[in-house]
Amino acid sequence: MILRPWAYPNRPSKGFTDGARASLPLCLVLVAFGASFGILARANGFGMVAPVVMSLTTFTGASQFAVVSILGGGGGLGAAVAAAALLASRYVPIGLSVAPALHGSLPRRFIQSQMVIDESWAVANRGDGTIDGPALLGAGFALYLSWFAGTVLGVIGGDFIGDPEALGLDAAFPALFLALLVPQMKSAQSRIAAVAGALIAVILVPFTSAGVPVVAASLACLAGWWRK
Amino acid sequence: MPRRLVAKVSDMWLAVILVGAAAIAMKAVGPVAVGGRQLPRRAMLLVGALAPALLAAFVVTSTFATGKTLVVDERALGLAAAAICVACRAPLLAAVVAAAVVTAIARSV
Repeated sequence: MILRPWAYPNRPSKGFTDGARASLPLCLVLVAFGASFGILARANGFGMVAPVVMSLTTFTGASQFAVVSILGGGGGLGAAVAAAALLASRYVPIGLSVAPALHGSLPRRFIQSQMVIDESWAVANRGDGTIDGPALLGAGFALYLSWFAGTVLGVIGGDFIGDPEALGLDAAFPALFLALLVPQMKSAQSRIAAVAGALIAVILVPFTSAGVPVVAASLACLAGWWRK
Repeated sequence: MPRRLVAKVSDMWLAVILVGAAAIAMKAVGPVAVGGRQLPRRAMLLVGALAPALLAAFVVTSTFATGKTLVVDERALGLAAAAICVACRAPLLAAVVAAAVVTAIARSV
């Protein structure tokens, strides 16, 4: 298969509800991780309000964990903000890939864009370079509510959820991304992009701060211009 | 209130505001700038290859990176279980659950 998404402008959509349903297993994972964020934030002196505000606005786990652990560990404001911004910078290329699927007025597109996180983007990916817009919004909204609910549980004392790592939930993320990656590797371009992306990320891990490896891996999309 | 604590509290809210604004802006820039329009053909080729590149990068970093160190730990076993599920064309949920269960068991022994 060749990557020619522009040849299919009106692809059928799974719809908002089916997008939300497809994300349900991930919602449970996000509740657990939201709770662990809430617990960690509170233990680091963030109180009860700030972690919840952060989950409602920032809505990207890696950046939130980075801020709490850097500031809580005695690091400076600059270091915390820089690390969190680097971690979130992958949303620039991800947002560009999502853009053709989000329609409507500018304020509407702005609000819709906030439902984009790794998991909703992955669930709504059709595997041919196009994104299912309604499914993205459904999955994003379900995940947003889960992340919020988890954070609230965590700050009010959600120790009953248990340690997400003891439950192996951190391994759910690579499993999800692998399960979504494999069906996409049908063309030579996508296989080259996947291998190059993985190599770039692994090589950079020891030398750069967290977040940089994944952003740099987006350069592997240049494989899209590869000619057989 | 001691001065250092005041500084820490305001640092916290500054971080919440700055990081929130940065995350919101970075998510919004693509959909606000080019929302609803078809990208040029050459740009679509890049965007089409972006998904496999980023997904592969997520797989390796969320399995093998702990901070700045590369490690092979229980998560790798979980990923192997997920890979077997994917190879057998099991549903996505099965792959995710298998990875979590295998990782949890490996950690408990």
